[in-house]
Amino acid sequence: MPHDGNESTKPPSDPALRVKALESLLVEKGLVDPETLDLLVDTYEHKIGPQNGARVVARAWLDQDFKSSIKIDCSSIIKQVFGFEGRQGEHIIAVENTSKTHNVVVCTLCSCYPWTVLGLPPVWYKSAPYRARIVEDPRSVLAEFGTDIPLDKNILVWDSTSELRYLVIPERPRGTEGWSEEQLITLITRNSMIGVELAKDPAS
Amino acid sequence: MNGAHDLGGKHGFGSVNPKRESEEPVFHCEWERRAFALTLACGFLGRWNIDEARHARESQSPLQYLSNTYYENWLTGLETLLVAKGLLSKEELKTGKRQSAIGDYSAPDVTKVKEILAAGTPSRLKDSRAPIFQLGDEVRVSKCQPLSHTRVPGYTRGCVGTIARLHGFYVFPDENVRGNSQGETLYSVQFKSDELWGITTHVSASVYVDLWEPYLQPV
Repeated sequence: MPHDGNESTKPPSDPALRVKALESLLVEKGLVDPETLDLLVDTYEHKIGPQNGARVVARAWLDQDFKSSIKIDCSSIIKQVFGFEGRQGEHIIAVENTSKTHNVVVCTLCSCYPWTVLGLPPVWYKSAPYRARIVEDPRSVLAEFGTDIPLDKNILVWDSTSELRYLVIPERPRGTEGWSEEQLITLITRNSMIGVELAKDPAS
Repeated sequence: MNGAHDLGGKHGFGSVNPKRESEEPVFHCEWERRAFALTLACGFLGRWNIDEARHARESQSPLQYLSNTYYENWLTGLETLLVAKGLLSKEELKTGKRQSAIGDYSAPDVTKVKEILAAGTPSRLKDSRAPIFQLGDEVRVSKCQPLSHTRVPGYTRGCVGTIARLHGFYVFPDENVRGNSQGETLYSVQFKSDELWGITTHVSASVYVDLWEPYLQPV
């Protein structure tokens, strides 16, 4: 596994050639349709991403009932409300950060991640250092993201070992009273919904 | 299996070095795009499930798993499954040349693919047995060492946790990998950090792990 994002920017030619040969063979055998491959790449590169999750979180900040319901069964609610549905988002549960609790999500065994609300996971999320360390020493890992969690705050690490997927509702930043959903969305980053960072400070 | 994929609590991998979000592409080069799409598209043929796909990646030698990039592991897993399920011969994979027609498999068209993507693959089943454990019960994770696919992280084995949530009946990975999509009760189990890692300076933290009933014993 790459230890940081850099290694996978310089792939050895071998996998590139292997993939190319495999694609031609599978297309020739009728096992894959090239149009499907383009659709899949476009969907996950351009259509589905953390902008979906940000809408869910902004709504949760504004609507208590909505927030309570996504903490029990996020998937069916966000399908109804936003039309977000599909693969790797079948069973999402939202977990809420509070003044006493900070949540952070990992998949130590592979790379499980709530695709329908966050898109595909970043390299660091899939990498050995994050998967190895966040369960044992979450405070140090969060500090590497510039996130200092006070010692009197409880950290809850969610290891995604089943088909359930976790979405963090970060704390709503101070100074956003009266903000619209569209304004709030600008503060909600992917990393804040994984739990490695806080939502953006409106003053910064 | 106690493979290299089971990374929780392993030391020596260094710091996380997150890139700034704005600088990070979804895919880093064209072959990653294609490896991703080929893996999903071949999955739509319905010849294997998610646990078989995970097992194909996990079953590599630990040295290979750890030295591969992420999508190299996907590619290796895909090649393994295509051969194991008889969709490609080893010779075809090696030469890149089609040798024989295969059975009745054909790729779903784009309309069908959109339906498959939207539907996902729900893995919750109808509850068919009452759960053995209740909220707040203490449980010990079995000190099992299955040689095949499992979703019990090594760092939890033998440790005591508390049932924090009953999720319902979900497809059980240890059987699903053999093609049996039977269900077992799934729980969220809370482990205090000191139970998992001993007395450490990493205070006031817990790890929540989703574990199926067969992995758990009463305390």
